[in-house]
Amino acid sequence: MADHLLEVRDLSVRFHTAHGVVNAVNGISWHLDRGETLGILGESGSGKSVSASAIMNLIDTPPGEITSGQILFDGQDLLKATDEERRRLNGKRISMIFQDPLGHLNPVYPVGWQIAETAMAHGVSKTDAYDRALQLMQRVGIPDAKTAMHKYPHQFSGGQRQRLMIAMALVLKPDILIADEPTTALDVTVQAEVLSLLEELQEETGMGLLLITHDLGVVAEACDRAVVMEGGRIVESGTPRDLYHNAQHPYTQKLLAAAPGKGEMRSAENGRQPILEVRGLTKSYGSFDALRGAEFDLHAGETLAVVGESGSGKSTIARLMLRLEAASAGSVTWKGEDILKKSPRDMAKLRRQLQMVFQDPTQSLNPHMSIYDIISEAWVIHPDILPKAKWRARVAELLEQVGLLPEHALRYPHQFSGGQRQRIAIARALALEPELIICDEAVSALDVSIQAQVIALLGELRDRLGIAFIFIAHDLPVVRDFADRVLVMQRGRIVEQGTVRQIFEAPREAYTQRLLAAGLDADPDVQAERRAARQHLTQTTGAPA
Amino acid sequence: MRSMLGKRALSSFVSLFVLIVLVFFLSRLTGDPATLYLPVDASDEMRNNFREIHGLNDPVLTQFGRYLVDLVQLDFGDSLRKARPALEVVLEAFVWTLWLALITMLLVTVAAIVVGSIAAFNVGKPFDRFASVLSLIGASAPDFWIAIVGIVVFSVSFGWLPTSGTGTIWHWVLPISVLFIRPFGLILQIVRGSMITALGAAYVKTARAKGVRNRPIIFVHTLRNAMLPVITVIGDQAAALLNGAVVVETIFGFPGVGKLMIDSILQRDFNVILASIMVTAIAIFIMNILIDIAYALLDPRIRS
Repeated sequence: MADHLLEVRDLSVRFHTAHGVVNAVNGISWHLDRGETLGILGESGSGKSVSASAIMNLIDTPPGEITSGQILFDGQDLLKATDEERRRLNGKRISMIFQDPLGHLNPVYPVGWQIAETAMAHGVSKTDAYDRALQLMQRVGIPDAKTAMHKYPHQFSGGQRQRLMIAMALVLKPDILIADEPTTALDVTVQAEVLSLLEELQEETGMGLLLITHDLGVVAEACDRAVVMEGGRIVESGTPRDLYHNAQHPYTQKLLAAAPGKGEMRSAENGRQPILEVRGLTKSYGSFDALRGAEFDLHAGETLAVVGESGSGKSTIARLMLRLEAASAGSVTWKGEDILKKSPRDMAKLRRQLQMVFQDPTQSLNPHMSIYDIISEAWVIHPDILPKAKWRARVAELLEQVGLLPEHALRYPHQFSGGQRQRIAIARALALEPELIICDEAVSALDVSIQAQVIALLGELRDRLGIAFIFIAHDLPVVRDFADRVLVMQRGRIVEQGTVRQIFEAPREAYTQRLLAAGLDADPDVQAERRAARQHLTQTTGAPA
Repeated sequence: MRSMLGKRALSSFVSLFVLIVLVFFLSRLTGDPATLYLPVDASDEMRNNFREIHGLNDPVLTQFGRYLVDLVQLDFGDSLRKARPALEVVLEAFVWTLWLALITMLLVTVAAIVVGSIAAFNVGKPFDRFASVLSLIGASAPDFWIAIVGIVVFSVSFGWLPTSGTGTIWHWVLPISVLFIRPFGLILQIVRGSMITALGAAYVKTARAKGVRNRPIIFVHTLRNAMLPVITVIGDQAAALLNGAVVVETIFGFPGVGKLMIDSILQRDFNVILASIMVTAIAIFIMNILIDIAYALLDPRIRS
């Protein structure tokens, strides 16, 4: 059985925490062959990263404890090897890259040194190590690599940082590369580029690639085989096609059902009066325009999605509309009055009609306030909405409306999961009975199945209460299912706008086409089509932006 | 980086100027110098003469202008008690204080980094607990009490060390030891906390995945990041020492700026007081710039 490049057998790991023992993985087994890409698919808490940490000797004991299993590499059980033996393998034979390249690169050292360090840690001479670092930086597509070597991590973009991590991992041409959510924090177009870079490098070196992800699309795009994990166990495994078409386990089926981008597209009703008219909205920082001349309308009860890559100006629109930042020029007319010209007092009154839900519910909810206080705070600020005697009943009602229980009012934010916290944030927004809710990447940080639930909740509120939404997102499948109309933004400009059907079925702009082609779909067949479209676009319009 | 230093220098100059103004007007508030300097039975004529000679009859703004001009020329007048230029007297004492502060801070920094780092690697183990207790005692012990007990034990009972004054290297031991304790306790805590945070950082995980050995992970990857908050506190503590360790210098009869200031206040030697304030202020101002430079050298994110 020593034929596999790497084999994990019956691995169990548990962690001793303040709340007792947590079994992170229970008797999982999988294997990886040379030149193969294996996906480990799972949501947060599924234990999908634990076996990788065990392979890299990154589990601190205590609090971690490996209770059973073997990790066979090169005829050796890594779990029986000494720390020094394992250190010699790390970076040389087995390498790893991580989700958040900014945090995983040391902020105070030049990137060239950090890449060379991998080689130097394994006895390569300094000059040789720097030569290799330079070559690898050129290979992964860092422009002007010679100068870039002396720069620091914060001076690169997110995509470039992930390329640098890849260079750092591959300096010694390892047999295995473990990539833990390597593209999760990246824009779709950048994600597609990084995945194809990994694929090219794999073809060149014949390394085995272990791809840990929560994204069915990444599995469909990049993996030869995948295992699906839930609650520390492998519930199913197979090729992406098998998993997609013949999922046996209910959890896999649930994940597939939750994957967005499959539902009926909404068709916008026309002829309604716009409640919001944005004209010539501009924000400049010196000579840099974060937003240039944005113009669009929003109708009552309508959902307008704003899509684009990071830095395209999506969030700037929301911040200017709510006057969290001052606009440089333009107007935002809400029901006939320009928001940007209102006095602070009038603006405070207006704010209750315009609410916002943010990306990270952990940070946007005050950890020291109970859920009751968080929701009822709105009525402290706007006392005319509800007399105090009715607060308790209304909080209970709102919690039920977002799918929580009335008794949750007495708890604190840390006692809830990420998805529940986002429901609380929505309940807080609803407390003011707004007519418009701006969701800034409100479901981006959530697991697929939770994301589907939150989207369903928002759709229900929209239909029942007639609330209009501005839905800022980088995730196109979610937008496709949820929005009526779409604005596509690039470098501070709206490059295309239209109904969701127009944008998704007949995009006019090359940028929109590229964005759509870069999106990942859970269906391997759709994914193959997109890949072809992407290659076609690259050939006809030159290298992607 | 240059523009950052420029900004910091400018803001320091502004605070220096505010200090200069404050010192001028506060010293006017302590009463008529003629009453303070001249004997109680001096005649009105003598008092008037004194005011005339020292320009105290001029309008306040004129006096303030003259005071500024003198300051720019570093002319603080003569020490009334020592009949020498005040600045000379202060600089002489300042050299003592500077050495005392430098040696103490150097020892504190090295000791706190070593002990704090080891404690951070052994969180919750006996060494860490011992270091925490040590630092708590150090940070909270009153220095005048330690100084006196130190004299009683090491000078009086054992007779190992001189009680006060200067002359030999042994004279430095007690003052430095006493001054060492509080900043050591404080900085030790900061180093420990900062190292624990840095050791848990994502880039440490990367380094382990790269196969970097433990020692470079600690001393190359972690320490430099962990030093950033530590430097601020080191600067703070050094500034306190430069200000003249008033109590400790007085107890040990150490001829530094702190003792000089107390003596001058008791003797109403205003020119010396003024010169000491200015010299220590400028020293602290220079040290803050050095701290900024150290910060920028350690953290490239501040440079850009």
